[in-house]
Amino acid sequence: MNMEMILKHFEAAAINPKGQLKEYIGKGKKAIGCFPYYVPEELVHAAGMVPFGVWGSNHKTIEAAKEYFASFYCSLAQLNLEMGLDGTLDDLSGVIVTTLCDTLRPLSQNFRVAVPKIPFMFLAHPQNRRKEYGIQYTISQYVKIKEKLEEIAGHPITDADLKASIKVYNQSRKARREFVKLAGEHPELVTPIQRSAVLKSACFMLKEEHTQLLEQLNELLRQAGPSQWAGIRIMTSGIVADSPGLLNILEENHMAIAADDVAHESRSFRVDVPEDTDPVRALARQFGAQDHDTILYDPEINKRPEYLVKLAKDSGVQGVIILMMQFCDPEEMEYPSLKKALSEAGIPHIVIGVDHQMKDFGQARTQIQAFADILATM
Amino acid sequence: MSQQMNGEKKPAKEVLRGVVEQVYQNAWDAKKRGEPIGWSSSKFPAEIAETLGLAVCYPENQAAAIAAKHGGQRMCEHAENLGYANDICGYARISLAYAAEAECEERPMPQPDFLLCCNNICNCMTKWYENIARMRNIPLIMIDVPYNNEVEVSDDTVTYMREQFHDAIKQLEAISGRTWDEKRFEEVCSNANRAAKAWLKACSYCQYTPSPLSGFDLFNHMADIVTARCKPETALAFEQLADEFEEAVKNGTSTWKYKEEHRIMFEGIPCWPVLKTLFTPLKEHGINTTAVVYAPAFGFVYNNLDELMKAYCKAPNSVCLETGVEWRETICRENNVNGVLVHYNRSCKPWSGYMPEMERRFRTDLGVPVVGFDGDQADPRNFSEAQYITRVEGLYEVMEANKQQEGGV
Repeated sequence: MNMEMILKHFEAAAINPKGQLKEYIGKGKKAIGCFPYYVPEELVHAAGMVPFGVWGSNHKTIEAAKEYFASFYCSLAQLNLEMGLDGTLDDLSGVIVTTLCDTLRPLSQNFRVAVPKIPFMFLAHPQNRRKEYGIQYTISQYVKIKEKLEEIAGHPITDADLKASIKVYNQSRKARREFVKLAGEHPELVTPIQRSAVLKSACFMLKEEHTQLLEQLNELLRQAGPSQWAGIRIMTSGIVADSPGLLNILEENHMAIAADDVAHESRSFRVDVPEDTDPVRALARQFGAQDHDTILYDPEINKRPEYLVKLAKDSGVQGVIILMMQFCDPEEMEYPSLKKALSEAGIPHIVIGVDHQMKDFGQARTQIQAFADILATM
Repeated sequence: MSQQMNGEKKPAKEVLRGVVEQVYQNAWDAKKRGEPIGWSSSKFPAEIAETLGLAVCYPENQAAAIAAKHGGQRMCEHAENLGYANDICGYARISLAYAAEAECEERPMPQPDFLLCCNNICNCMTKWYENIARMRNIPLIMIDVPYNNEVEVSDDTVTYMREQFHDAIKQLEAISGRTWDEKRFEEVCSNANRAAKAWLKACSYCQYTPSPLSGFDLFNHMADIVTARCKPETALAFEQLADEFEEAVKNGTSTWKYKEEHRIMFEGIPCWPVLKTLFTPLKEHGINTTAVVYAPAFGFVYNNLDELMKAYCKAPNSVCLETGVEWRETICRENNVNGVLVHYNRSCKPWSGYMPEMERRFRTDLGVPVVGFDGDQADPRNFSEAQYITRVEGLYEVMEANKQQEGGV
């Protein structure tokens, strides 16, 4: 396949999760919905089922979920509930719901009682996750999830299955990290919308299928030779960055995403799982090693802002666009530290308020145009 | 602490106020002596710092006091100027502004040398304390309580909690240079249990009709159970308070000076900046608040270390929906409420996020009218007086109609 065909394939999967799901189910597979954040998808995969990312939707309106949430909750949580209520998630054989933020706590309860037809798996991660007692706690929670998945799959998950799935996932994470770098080096070949589609489609495809295509794409990008592209390279930061409306504006302003600190994107594939140990413990150690995230306790206090400044510098970006999910207090709480660190490092940034229901991009367009003008003159 | 003044015994509410004042004074005195001062979240295991003899202040209590004295908006705006969004919890904004040394005369307290954070209250607490740690460049001790989807606290969680508890002791020993004393710890636990029992007993007087108190009194007295639950004087003061309520029941008196035609549960944290406004329509319609969820939330008694761990796992925003409903419906039944007023608190996403479903359950399970209003625990900009009055009137009309239907009283 040539690059255009591969990209089209990813785009088709990214915009049609329902079709993807139907296809897997048609092949006799079961699928498990994986809510944000840090669901150990390897367990689902090892059970022979398809882990299916559920991260809101750009095509739905919040209606039924209003019966459970006042207006001041993020669109991601509300839309995940909406999709449970309106039947969109009916083909899933279960959902795994986590609770690392204050909206996910009530979402977990609301989803459990409002959508009883979908088997509900609750996952509580520890914040003191690195020390041995934290790892032990993570193991205890992962074992509970594993047992429920075994029930749904109708067979046990063996260590060998899990080790094989961990390999598949490590390969996928590696390929996605490489793609992020290559896409940043070749904005003439990968637009912001295509970049998003490549990463988003991983939520709706079996990782081995996704990796196989992505490695081909990465190889083609590697062969492409030095880029002559003369636009502006930026870094994005936020929860999601898959709005075609917004990504189009970046393209219109000759901006390319050379690095990201987005939960739906790089934050989810930064850390690999060790392959040399008991596999459930390995998954717990991976969570213990997760870091630099607004929803995770940072025992080293200043590590996140320092990490992001380094990421921005190492990626050679000219500025940072913070896509601030409306009503996301962890992101809002981290903003002043990030702002200070970026300012001290001389890295310009802007904040754009976003949510899945955004229809009018006028203000965002003005902000991005102005930012592009500033960066172009620097 | 002396309970005598001019030969007369001070009323319990004054004694209780004095206990809280002493907590702040102890912190100032300790600071002066050069000892490290802590800031603690309201349901961090207070037994640890108390055993080590360390003075601790409580930013949530401070924020509520500042908000009640009308400094909330000014402090919130100060935090917003530092880059904190107005979507963030009002207590957190006030506290962050104070940590950034915003001028504040309403409830001063010494700046911290270490932080004690427990996210059983909410996840926002984690980032709030991390931000203070960054601002002040001070150590943060974190006890993490994972959210519980079940009624019981699992053994895995108890083990995780116990390990963190011991780790927190080690960290605080290192910070303070003090040594853990098991015997002192037992005394402290005994004080905390006595205070909790006395607090629960005082709260239980809301069961009487008419009630010898308004539930809003409990919001004020809560400061003691939050800031001083391990101190013997707190237990004594709550025991005195219970005695006073006992006496009031006998005498037919009450701290609620108005008619008690109806009895409601006030759901959520009060809107501290507009307390008078909250009271006005309630007074006018003879609606006394006889149930608030803080009694079960902060009145926990334990018999051993594992039970202590479990107790700290149970806060309003860390328990599952069923436990939350059970807590509330129990106090509604025990305290004979005939309506529920729900505060959709813009500052508290976890709490308000359960409320629509809880509202439905209250209506079905208790058969009482339930009405919600939009407000905020600390930022007056999120409260609309007109909406509040309309909602309370709506609640009153249904309660009144129900009463007529039942044949009146």
